[in-house]
Amino acid sequence: MERNNISTVRSINQKLGNLLWKGVSKVLSVGPVPTHIAFIMNGNRRYEQNLNLVKGTGHRLGLDAMLTMLMHCCELGIKYVTVYAFSIDNYKRKPEEVERVMDLLKFTFELLTEKSSIAHHYNIKFHFSGNLDLLSEPVRNAAEELMAKTANYSKFVFTFCIAYTSTDEMVHAIQEACEERQCEMQELKRNCGDYEAEKKTVKIMDIEKHMYMAVAPDPDIVVRTAGENRLSNFLLWQTANSDLYSTPTLWPEMNFWHLVLAVLDYQRNHSYLKKKKKLL
Amino acid sequence: MDFKKEMRILCSWIAHFGDLLLRLLWHLVHVIISLFYFTLGIANALESYLISWGVLKRYRSLHVNKLRYLAIVVESEEAYETSKIIALLQWLADIGVKHVCLYDMEGILKKSKDFILAKVDGAVLYGETHENNKLLDQTHMTLEFASFCDGKEAVAKAANVLFMKYVKSGATDQNQKGHIFTESQMTEALKTIGSGGPEPDLLLVYGPARCHLGFPAWRIRYTEIVHMGPLKSMKYGSLIKAIHKFTRVQQNYGK
Repeated sequence: MERNNISTVRSINQKLGNLLWKGVSKVLSVGPVPTHIAFIMNGNRRYEQNLNLVKGTGHRLGLDAMLTMLMHCCELGIKYVTVYAFSIDNYKRKPEEVERVMDLLKFTFELLTEKSSIAHHYNIKFHFSGNLDLLSEPVRNAAEELMAKTANYSKFVFTFCIAYTSTDEMVHAIQEACEERQCEMQELKRNCGDYEAEKKTVKIMDIEKHMYMAVAPDPDIVVRTAGENRLSNFLLWQTANSDLYSTPTLWPEMNFWHLVLAVLDYQRNHSYLKKKKKLL
Repeated sequence: MDFKKEMRILCSWIAHFGDLLLRLLWHLVHVIISLFYFTLGIANALESYLISWGVLKRYRSLHVNKLRYLAIVVESEEAYETSKIIALLQWLADIGVKHVCLYDMEGILKKSKDFILAKVDGAVLYGETHENNKLLDQTHMTLEFASFCDGKEAVAKAANVLFMKYVKSGATDQNQKGHIFTESQMTEALKTIGSGGPEPDLLLVYGPARCHLGFPAWRIRYTEIVHMGPLKSMKYGSLIKAIHKFTRVQQNYGK
């Protein structure tokens, strides 16, 4: 009897909680809601150390927090969500830690590929930004399968930045742009001669269309957790007019209310940032 | 039929009322947040005065040597306040900061470069004393001036430098595809076109929002970015606090 009462109370609490989230989302939606939000998911290891948890628990809880945050973003109507899942610099960590994180990511990608996952429920297209050749074959295959299975979805776009740094992204984009220019030059040489071919140069838009992050508009807000104030080689090119929001909360502790605070901060600065975007 | 029409009108009124209520709640939330930030602003102002007067002991010693290169991003509308910029630079010189990059999106500061260099005691233009990347043991404060064209446009120019080298090398064979450019080559190319300044350790943003406003992307990989508020309300104590906080930061660089 007592167990039934407890589960009834929990169920009512959950429903009231959901109702409250929906109400707050409706109020927030009166103002401008970001189209694209990016997260630097900092603080997983610190969380693990603070609570004396088993190694790897911090990252596991961090991935749980990421999936929950993705759901909240979808419910708020934020179309593009990007997370800094694994930097090229993170390969400098201990091999066992890298392997643990990669196994966790592979598991998550496989979970998201399943028919009952939030990917299919919310109609989310998954995309991977980064030098995927640096990933081991099983992880890369899991990522490619997730991309293939969700390629036809278009309501929301979720990007994992994995084996990614912004400087690597820029060099890669420049390389692709140069190769494209090279082909155009050869074509022009054949048809119009050397003079016309030599006028071809690489422009900013040529570089931008080859960026890994060309699938999404520039982020409106970049949220970094655990109180850090740097971008750590993340979306440096794309964040000229982004609201850079830092919160002392560790990533595994992030919840709906932290997202609300970040969006409120964006709304406070929205008109100024919109004015700056128009100047570009 | 009349009943259905009345029901539709009633639903419409309820929807309008609901919409109005939501808007009122939204404005109320933002008023509360503004009040919070106003109170926080007063507390920060008080703290900065206490720091300036030397009351707060922990800010009395500043390990400014750790700050090798400082960048200041200023909102372009405020960049016209050259007297404020000069005062800020004088404060930095007094603190012992040796190398500063001044940035605003529209290049207003670049246009006032000569005036600023003339007014700030001991300031020289970056590049005139720069030799072999040595940023230490300088008696003068070096000033660099940058704008949006030193960001994406500079990267595009550097890309063309790399492109020309690529074309001249004749590397057109399919088998040579892969990573033909490296980050170090990109850094060298940026230096070639005159946009190869060092990476700032700390970037202070003077403006309404914490936003780097297009500061050259290649140079802010691991830069600490701190929002200082509008330039018109800049305070010496806040500057000391930001630099002090920076000197206590420990970075893992991904490790």
